[in-house]
Amino acid sequence: MMLSRTANHLYWMARYVERAENTARILDVAYRMSLVPKESRLADQEWFAPLNITGTLYPFSGRYSQVNAQGVLRYMVLDPDNPSSIFSCARAARENARAVRGSITSEMWEVINGTWLEMQRLTEERLASERVLEFFEWVKERSHLFRGVTVGTMLHDEAFHFNRLGTFLERADNTARMLDVKYHVLLPSVQDVGGAVDYYQWAAVLSSVSAFEAYRKVFRDVITPLRVAELLILRDDMPRSLHACMNEVYDILQKLTSASQHEASRLAGEMHAALHFGRIDIIFADGLHEYLTDFLRRVHQLGGEVNLAFFSARAQKQAVA
Amino acid sequence: MSYDTPFNEMYLPDGQVRPHYAALAEWIEHTPSERIHNMRDAANMLFHRVGITFAVYGEEAGAERLIPFDMLPHVIPGEEWRMLEKGLRQRVKALNAFLHDVYHDREILRAGRIPEERVLQNKLYRPELVGIDLPNHIYAHIAGVDLVRAGAGEYYVLEDNLRTPSGVSYMLENRKMMMRLVPELFAQQSVAPVEHYPDLLLDTLRSVAPANVESPVVALLTPGQFNSAYFEHAFLAQQMGIELVEGADLFVADDVVYMRTTRGPQRVDVIYRRIDDDFLDPLAFRPDSVLGVPGLVSAYRRGRVTLCNAIGTGIADDKSMYPFVPDMIRFYLGEEPLLNNVPTYQLRNREDLEYTLAHLSELVVKEVHGSGGYGMLIGPASTERERDAYRLRILDNPESFIAQPTLSLSTCPIFVDQGIAPRHIDLRPFVLSGKDIVMCPGGLTRVALREGSLVVNSSQGGGTKDTWILN
Repeated sequence: MMLSRTANHLYWMARYVERAENTARILDVAYRMSLVPKESRLADQEWFAPLNITGTLYPFSGRYSQVNAQGVLRYMVLDPDNPSSIFSCARAARENARAVRGSITSEMWEVINGTWLEMQRLTEERLASERVLEFFEWVKERSHLFRGVTVGTMLHDEAFHFNRLGTFLERADNTARMLDVKYHVLLPSVQDVGGAVDYYQWAAVLSSVSAFEAYRKVFRDVITPLRVAELLILRDDMPRSLHACMNEVYDILQKLTSASQHEASRLAGEMHAALHFGRIDIIFADGLHEYLTDFLRRVHQLGGEVNLAFFSARAQKQAVA
Repeated sequence: MSYDTPFNEMYLPDGQVRPHYAALAEWIEHTPSERIHNMRDAANMLFHRVGITFAVYGEEAGAERLIPFDMLPHVIPGEEWRMLEKGLRQRVKALNAFLHDVYHDREILRAGRIPEERVLQNKLYRPELVGIDLPNHIYAHIAGVDLVRAGAGEYYVLEDNLRTPSGVSYMLENRKMMMRLVPELFAQQSVAPVEHYPDLLLDTLRSVAPANVESPVVALLTPGQFNSAYFEHAFLAQQMGIELVEGADLFVADDVVYMRTTRGPQRVDVIYRRIDDDFLDPLAFRPDSVLGVPGLVSAYRRGRVTLCNAIGTGIADDKSMYPFVPDMIRFYLGEEPLLNNVPTYQLRNREDLEYTLAHLSELVVKEVHGSGGYGMLIGPASTERERDAYRLRILDNPESFIAQPTLSLSTCPIFVDQGIAPRHIDLRPFVLSGKDIVMCPGGLTRVALREGSLVVNSSQGGGTKDTWILN
């Protein structure tokens, strides 16, 4: 039993931490792809991908004249007016944490507060090319630290479960988007399909979700799109795959109880079953991009049901009566 | 009572160190100043990281600042503390008796000890509370009494804070910090522990639950994270293991108070509220309050929930009531007060008003309903223009003001860049009243960091120190 508001803050605190990490991962992969030599007409085209997959191309264009490394990095890392910039995520995570100071351990608070204090000191120089990868590493490390401290210090009670629910729902959303990067990044020409650049881009996607080594271990073979997708969608032993995320989400929803969670549990179960029994060739036959788009829609829907079941005030008065 | 040289807590007039500061003096002498500097930096960094900050009103929304912390503790010998503790218990007991009385039989008014209209016409008197019986007849469950030393070191009560006194989290965090920075000093001498305060508080809150509630559910009600004391609210809730709730987390159905939880409504029996009376319930008090809980006061009046502190305690810590506290002690307890009051001029009285206006440059003038060091005039530190402006305010509404002699507050050394230097301090111990009266040995020592300043309030540039009661 816990306050609905508290549960809501814990859930969003974890979501924002995860989102900051994944934004760093998305930018990391775009940056790596941009390093591939190419003709000047294609210069900077990788930088559309982060905007496209996070659905922020439109607001970006309203404020920046050109899509290039400098603009996209500034917008997605530092811009306080972009609600999903890493800066804004760090702030939102900290605001949510502050609202539930009493429900998280002091170690968790210190990680989140420390990250925010550091973030405020971040300047544009730190995003200069030679140090930008180092910065992405730092964001990932802070997020790893947050999860480690959470698992290692927090009582594994309901508060913990809401926190984890936020982490895995957000991660499911982000892995799906990351996998969709390839759809948005054009190859220089049709002949390049299956060529070196193609290979390089899929490898970058793998690295961005820390799955490169896992891929080698699982398949012991060359990188192919089908296998990358299988690893990141269907393998449940791959910690950032959609299947692994939905395993967690489904389990957590079984542990939590509310008067009105039926639809959230059912939907999570349905999504989980589809991944559990899914086949990658069927997914490819229907189109990977279409599959991912549909998956994102369902994650969004599930978020709405979780909100209704646990956080909204609506059910409360009825329960007393 | 006014002395030119203030009482120095650490040194005798001849420059000798007072015995209870001996260990500390030796430590200062033998510790390289560089280490002390490093420790000050470490303390600041830790406080920032832990987020022990307070919001400052009137600055950019959400602005947070550290309350400056000084590493030199305020040391009090055990014997002296026992005397203070006795006096504080006596005082708070009488104040609770007074509160029960003015909302019931009004004996003290009928006996003519306090003019009736001063109580009944006071805007802090809450007619809603008349005739309501509270558990154990306690109103001020948590009291933070401000003590100062003046003259040759005699203690005075400056203020009784009986509404939502704050600062106890600094008492606890300062101790934690000191034990981290200078463990060797704690090994050398026996400093009375304060860490059990949250347990005492929780016991107190539980002990005043409505009758027949077996294991009471306690919650701490905060105005939210933009309140200046939010850190303390979150800290105390966590230390006690109770829910930190905002108004919107609570609702009332059939005069029962519930929290909205992930599993549906959960009944609440005791609310440790850190919201002012006016904002508690938009149906009973300010209709524009978004912080409160509609219907709370009705549930409270029917005895279905206990509020700590009670509604209407302001009538007892109002500055216009302060001069009568010694009389309350005599009236209710039949005892002589153990702690002194500061002589107070009530400007509603003609003579007092005339005297005050003639001696503005020597006196401290305060608003009767003010708090936090806002809106007061410190005569000796004021300019003629300030005094003229203040004079007009007084004449406009004399009954809203009191005046007191400017006490030469005692000083305690603080670390400054060039070593140590004396600064004025005060002390706020906390008195808990439930089934029994309990106290933690210690309190919050506040210090005016600016040289010569007498204002210790954190909103006005004051800092804090750890307070050591020696066994």
